[in-house]
Amino acid sequence: MESIAEKKSYQVNDRGYYGTFGGAFIPEMLYPNVEELRENYLQIIADPSFQKEFNDLLRDYVGRPTPLYPAHRLSEKYKTNIFLKREDLCHTGAHKVNNTIGQILMAQRLGKKRIVAETGAGQHGVATATVCALMNLECIVYMGELDIERQAPNVARMKMLGAEVRPATCGSRTLKDATNEAMRHWINNPVDTHYIIGSVVGPHPYPDMVARFQSVISQEIRLQLNAHIGRETPDYVIACVGGGSNAAGAFYHFLDDEHVKLVAVEAAGLGLTSGHSAATVALGKPGVLHGSRTILMQTEDGQVTEPFSISAGLDYPGIGPQHAWLAASGRGTFLSATDDEAVQAAFELTRLEGIIPALESSHALAVLGRLGASENETVVLNLSGRGDKDMGTYMKYID
Amino acid sequence: MNRIVNLFQNSDTDGSGLLNVYFTAGFPELNDTTRVLQALQDGGADLVEIGMPYSDPVADGETIQQSNDRALENGMSVRILFEQLQGMRGKITVPVLLMGYINPVLQYGIEAFCAKCAEVGVDGLILPDMPMDVYLDEYKSIFDAHGLLNIFLVTPQTSEARIRQIDEVSEGFIYTVSSASVTGSKSGVSGDMESYFEKLDAMKLRNPRLIGFGIKDHDTFAKASSHAAGAIIGSAFIRVLQQSTDLENDIKTFVKEVKNSSEAIPA
Repeated sequence: MESIAEKKSYQVNDRGYYGTFGGAFIPEMLYPNVEELRENYLQIIADPSFQKEFNDLLRDYVGRPTPLYPAHRLSEKYKTNIFLKREDLCHTGAHKVNNTIGQILMAQRLGKKRIVAETGAGQHGVATATVCALMNLECIVYMGELDIERQAPNVARMKMLGAEVRPATCGSRTLKDATNEAMRHWINNPVDTHYIIGSVVGPHPYPDMVARFQSVISQEIRLQLNAHIGRETPDYVIACVGGGSNAAGAFYHFLDDEHVKLVAVEAAGLGLTSGHSAATVALGKPGVLHGSRTILMQTEDGQVTEPFSISAGLDYPGIGPQHAWLAASGRGTFLSATDDEAVQAAFELTRLEGIIPALESSHALAVLGRLGASENETVVLNLSGRGDKDMGTYMKYID
Repeated sequence: MNRIVNLFQNSDTDGSGLLNVYFTAGFPELNDTTRVLQALQDGGADLVEIGMPYSDPVADGETIQQSNDRALENGMSVRILFEQLQGMRGKITVPVLLMGYINPVLQYGIEAFCAKCAEVGVDGLILPDMPMDVYLDEYKSIFDAHGLLNIFLVTPQTSEARIRQIDEVSEGFIYTVSSASVTGSKSGVSGDMESYFEKLDAMKLRNPRLIGFGIKDHDTFAKASSHAAGAIIGSAFIRVLQQSTDLENDIKTFVKEVKNSSEAIPA
């Protein structure tokens, strides 16, 4: 007998998959580490002492809850009701710290003595170095040699926080190579080291674990929106995606509310057809990258291609497996914004609301005019980070 | 019978061990693949493992990464590799394995890839980032239909239960990774490793083992071979290729030196 149509799930299943995406495509050398995490992470997260320590730190150290700000002038401009979730006000300047707080507590409970991480723009590296300083754990951050040159202030912050920044000198010398190096470091140091991945990517259980730590974003949005407009669900949630951790957190508690449109915005770089882009869903194909089956930008021969974006945080050739599934299943709408559109949107927000956004978040802002949201509808936009780190880029546009 | 199975069943091991040599396809030059393969056989390699270059080889150390990058710059691809290997069985009698990462194989198409392997005479595959459950559920029947063996890895961190499970689903041999490392990052065979090899020996597995990672010369090869059916050399051989001015000669000399101590070679 045919069963009634099964309710589609957008969360990870017990085998570590989102639809056909996810899994743990890792060499045997990483299997025990990842397996140890998989066997323990749910239990550790559910433990009341973990929950208390995590929530206390998010409140007292990170500064949560972050405001849900009704952006009146921006709303007026786009003739709809826009709320900004102010992750830019988190300690260290972006949502990244929600995840590193969760993972450092996880690492402590697993008895790890040392932390390794990868970073692109340096935001995740800074957030990792920050929690390592807080918890007095040794911290090694791999960063592409090219990114080290481009992001000097964040390199300095990491060093001041006590982290060792190691250059990834192979391949394209950017985020994907830093990720490879961090994985190799973990292979070489399997027992005492925890790898803090910065996004909802990597082998299961990382995408699910990181999404859970970031889900505080949508948990707060529901409560705050209710206080503002008397209901918990907006019509749209918008977020930028590189690997997709801020989007995963902003979407998390809305996944099963099918009337809430989930809009993910990728970096189109110089344009989708320019050959210089990071719009993975628009340009990629299914395959395996950094331990999971997902969508990635690649050549016909299956070599991973080098992405391009003005925003180092979106400059990644893959996307988290949950996002790949949201795209493939149609639950999520994937748009893209070019470098120029993002910069323009950054200036617009700055002048209308007095908020300088990160280049990453500016990609989400850039599609506001394309949503078709009516004046009766409500839009929540996750403002994932602040623009201090991007002033060098913005200043070039002022002249 | 599969050439790998045949080798392990019928080689009269005088205790000196079987030598498996890894090299990267399309390296040092695009069309060196079959030259290197032939010279390895001529020199006395017992098995050959041809690496399919990949942009993001996470299990490999710097030496093999660089050879991958160089091969890709040379224009190497899975399609070209199959063209190069077409007809190799006229001359090549040793078992040939392809080693690589799963994404290029998936893009070629797993079915088409396995069919092509069978057509050119490849005997087995080593795909370190292919999970065992995915292999068993989705790919094993295709591998089997084309007579291809899938070689699994075990490491010092692999639990005894998982080693048993790997032994159960393996055929041919088990790739024993000598230490917690990527390829080429450590050299030598330490006391820790020896106790791990002894532990494996005591488990009386049904499959023979080849030891890899850190094997670089006759001494390390002989030491590893005393604990297993033989050993695998990768990074050390890539360095030979990098420095070689006379591929055929340098390859044959290297293989001979590894298999027989240099003293044993008549002047």
